Amino acid sequence: MDRLRVSTVWLGGCAGCHMSFLDLDEVLIELAARIELVYSPLIDVKEYPENVDLCLVEGAVCNEDNLDMIHKIRARTKVLVSFGDCAVTANVPAIRNQLGLKNGESVLQRAYVEGAQAMGGLPQEPGIVPALLDRVMPVHEVVYVDYFVPGCPPPADHIQAVMNQVLSGAEPRLQGAQLKFG
Amino acid sequence: MAAKTLTIDGKQISADECATILEAAADAGITIPTLCHLEGVYDVGACRLCLVEVTGISKLLPACTTKVAEGMEIRTDTERLIRYRRMTLELLLAERNHVCAVCVANGHCELQTLAFNQGVDHVRYEYCFPKWEVDNSHALFGMDHNRCLLCTRCVRVCWHIEGAGTKNVSGRGAKARIISDLNQPWGTSDTCTKCGKCVMACPTGALFYKGSTNSEMERDRDKLEFIVTAREKKQWIA
Repeated sequence: MDRLRVSTVWLGGCAGCHMSFLDLDEVLIELAARIELVYSPLIDVKEYPENVDLCLVEGAVCNEDNLDMIHKIRARTKVLVSFGDCAVTANVPAIRNQLGLKNGESVLQRAYVEGAQAMGGLPQEPGIVPALLDRVMPVHEVVYVDYFVPGCPPPADHIQAVMNQVLSGAEPRLQGAQLKFG
Repeated sequence: MAAKTLTIDGKQISADECATILEAAADAGITIPTLCHLEGVYDVGACRLCLVEVTGISKLLPACTTKVAEGMEIRTDTERLIRYRRMTLELLLAERNHVCAVCVANGHCELQTLAFNQGVDHVRYEYCFPKWEVDNSHALFGMDHNRCLLCTRCVRVCWHIEGAGTKNVSGRGAKARIISDLNQPWGTSDTCTKCGKCVMACPTGALFYKGSTNSEMERDRDKLEFIVTAREKKQWIA
């Protein structure tokens, strides 16, 4: 049997969900026999490939790079999973939305100019440092999401449950306390 | 007191004529999800989570404020009710800033628990991301309006158990908010007795003991019920 082509991506989040994925520990070895990791911050692949079976998306859509990326991922992926609270609810990255429009500018001003102890100035490197969006969004506000795995981060056993369901051909279905936000 | 006979989810039960549908259901071992309801305090039907279907009545009725009647046929578990409950919870989550990951009540929050029990895996509505303040002016307690659902439990315990009348609701619709006295910082309130009943009553992380951090805010709700039982029935049941 061909191994399932799986990707994981890291948008606007803290990487905690990926850490939780690594918390699968020895299960990762079993998983490695059944999936092929084709794109991930955990491996060195530069371009998101075509024909991905399953993608776990960590993080909210915060900047233009995230926005381009998520459209590309959706177009090239069969099953998209919002992985963790930032992807599902926009969570902590979206706290800046409370500051209203133009918050992208004001948070940078606060962090890089007012808070700077030396060399204050807004980071500007067109083509390298992506511009912040005015509004941080959960993934499903931008593209269609097939399944949701909430949690900050989702505990490893929830990730394992979802992976097992997918690998056995069943519809991923978490329930009850497995769906807890936070 | 006369008894009424009625059916809930096909189960025939008898209930005291003064009982609400919620009380009758609880006696019969049928759980109806609630949020603004708090044992020991009168009900107001604010949250709409306990809506039930009653045969012959086209609109949905809140179980907490509707009295039982003879021959009532009540359903608590139809597809429509389950759909509406989930919708209500999602709207509550979208209305203010419920960032569970960084909330004092994470893991002890009734909104959070109801959401996962009703299968809310994401919120289908656009989050509002309103700008709300945190009132930290009180010596002992804090109020984070970002987490408030306007269930008014705090207002009810303040007026009707403590009798202080510090907490109130001001404004309308999505702009409604809990205020202290004449809409002033809580710490400057003349009427607050610092009893902490509002904090005990709050279902979310909106009211908290100062100094509690992420996930630390646990509450002792039994104390409120204890006080009411002691006062009304003269029974000191711990």
